[in-house]
Amino acid sequence: MSSLELSNISKGFKSGMVLEDVSLSVKAGEIVVVFGPSGTGKTVLLRIVAGVQEPDAGGITIDGVDMTDASPEARNVGMAFQNFALFPHFSTHDNIASPLTARNVPEGRLKEQVSAIARMLKIDHVLGHAPRELSNGQKQRTALARALIGQPKVLLLDDPLRNVDAKLRYEMRLELPRLLRTFNSAVIYVTQDYKEAMALGDHIAVLRNGRIEQWDTPTNVYRAPVSLDVARLFGDPTINLAPCRLETVGQGSQIHAFGRVSPVSEAYAEATGRDLVAGLRPEHVIVTETNTPGSVEFDLDAVMPVNVRSVLYLRGPAGEEVLATVGESEAARFGRGHRKVWVSFAPDDILLFDAASGQRLAPRVN
Amino acid sequence: MERSSSLEKAIRGILITAVLLFFLFPIFWIFLMSFQTNEDILRIPPSLFFEPTLQNYSALLTGKLETAAGSLDIAFMRNLGNSLLLSTFSVLLSLALGVPAAYAFARFKFRLGENIAFTLLSFRFAPPLLVLLPLSLFFKQLGLTDTYIGLIWVYQLICLPLILWIVRGYFEDISPDIENAYRIAGHSWWRTFRRIAIPLARPGIAAAGLLAFIFAWNNFIFALILASASKQPVTVGALAFVTASGIQYGQIAAAIVLSVTPTLLLALYAQRYLVEGLSLGAVKG
Repeated sequence: MSSLELSNISKGFKSGMVLEDVSLSVKAGEIVVVFGPSGTGKTVLLRIVAGVQEPDAGGITIDGVDMTDASPEARNVGMAFQNFALFPHFSTHDNIASPLTARNVPEGRLKEQVSAIARMLKIDHVLGHAPRELSNGQKQRTALARALIGQPKVLLLDDPLRNVDAKLRYEMRLELPRLLRTFNSAVIYVTQDYKEAMALGDHIAVLRNGRIEQWDTPTNVYRAPVSLDVARLFGDPTINLAPCRLETVGQGSQIHAFGRVSPVSEAYAEATGRDLVAGLRPEHVIVTETNTPGSVEFDLDAVMPVNVRSVLYLRGPAGEEVLATVGESEAARFGRGHRKVWVSFAPDDILLFDAASGQRLAPRVN
Repeated sequence: MERSSSLEKAIRGILITAVLLFFLFPIFWIFLMSFQTNEDILRIPPSLFFEPTLQNYSALLTGKLETAAGSLDIAFMRNLGNSLLLSTFSVLLSLALGVPAAYAFARFKFRLGENIAFTLLSFRFAPPLLVLLPLSLFFKQLGLTDTYIGLIWVYQLICLPLILWIVRGYFEDISPDIENAYRIAGHSWWRTFRRIAIPLARPGIAAAGLLAFIFAWNNFIFALILASASKQPVTVGALAFVTASGIQYGQIAAAIVLSVTPTLLLALYAQRYLVEGLSLGAVKG
């Protein structure tokens, strides 16, 4: 049974609609990542779930109880704010304990619970400190501890790793899923970092312009984005895109993109003649030093190492630019670029989008 | 700034001394005057050397003023008490009304909200004399003339706008998310207001309360018109020293020293609230 159910939530401000008809359901113990560029209403959505803002339309049920008009304190929700929102005049201990004091938990048990969660989050040595004495990482953990300690039915995390340094962000990305599962809350996690979304989410809701554009598992969002926009948002470096047309040749169809002709499945036949966009993930581009069947000669303009991978900047015979990512050892063979290489890819790795609507072509299933 | 030459240091010292002299000299002089007889004060040229006397203070404390024309009753100590009572209760009432109002204006958008807030501020624009004539007529009708309640009510014209506008700014500086977080943690609105909003705005509330107290203390015209001698504060009471047989400068000076003391002590005490930072680093700036 779903622990949190949002149905047809809409919210508008003077400047326009922020959320339109957003529906979402999160099971207990599940992490749903709401992903989207800034200004798409992610935070507003969390605030509506928390009860801090009211939706113009739509309903919220938590554990089967209608909470649409309930006040924030009645909802049994935990929330970690992006700006931490710690109480500056409380100690770290009292900050974390605040959900327990609201329930009149006796002093002894309160202390136990606070130190237990503080140990888990490695902030037990700063419990006596005031928030201003904490580092950003400690503030973030304090905010997280405060959100978790009441074992809320619904946990809302508003980009909690945004304001912490890269090392801690990486650690937390590994730690958080394990931590969150032990609390068995329905988690909504808001982020604008696609890697965080992929690493943490059981499901991802891609929010764009106030609407959920895609609702899927991380793998599917990456492999089968519903639209050009979603395809662009996921992946770094971004997906290679090229305009193309579907041609019928003999029995099959083909497109001309990325410097070569590729056969296309029969299932797309009805898109023949329309303007399309072909997408190819950089990691699907195969770059070799020697000519292999089906490959095309490209100029390698530059090689940019990114951690363990390298990004290759390629230029095709007709001037088309293509990015490819290769492993570190492989990249060593290409030096610093400025040479001829041979490029190929598997036709199945190509994603086809309608140029006008931006929607991915759905293969016709017979 | 770190490596300033000795010349710069000297100039800075001289300038600071000049400013201090300019502002502190009158206070110093009135302090001296309060220990002088009227003859010493009026001597030309004035002298720093005189025989100090406590007769000014004793006259104020006993309420008997001995002049050439005979003995005069003065109600200075009563006036001082009135000042204390009027200012204290005016500020307390203003805080009780103004702090919740300031919170409402800071947090909630409501119809005519800005207009109401501005109207309250505009009480400070009007010269007091403008409202005094109609007020004195109302007060006669209502039986409020020469009552403490009436005066405290009128003093709201001074205190309330000040507290409302200063405290409102402080409330606006508190991130609403801090309050939201406390509500989400399960606390009621009222508890959040008391435990989060009020403590975080405390420096502002202290500053506004102090200023309102000083303004109320220094008010002259309201009590002059709306109250008689028994309810009047020191500002009006000091007029009693302008007697038929001359102006009692010595007593006026002593009265000023005595009447400045409470506000001065209050300011010194509240200073730490005034300088205390508001946002204590809980929200990333």
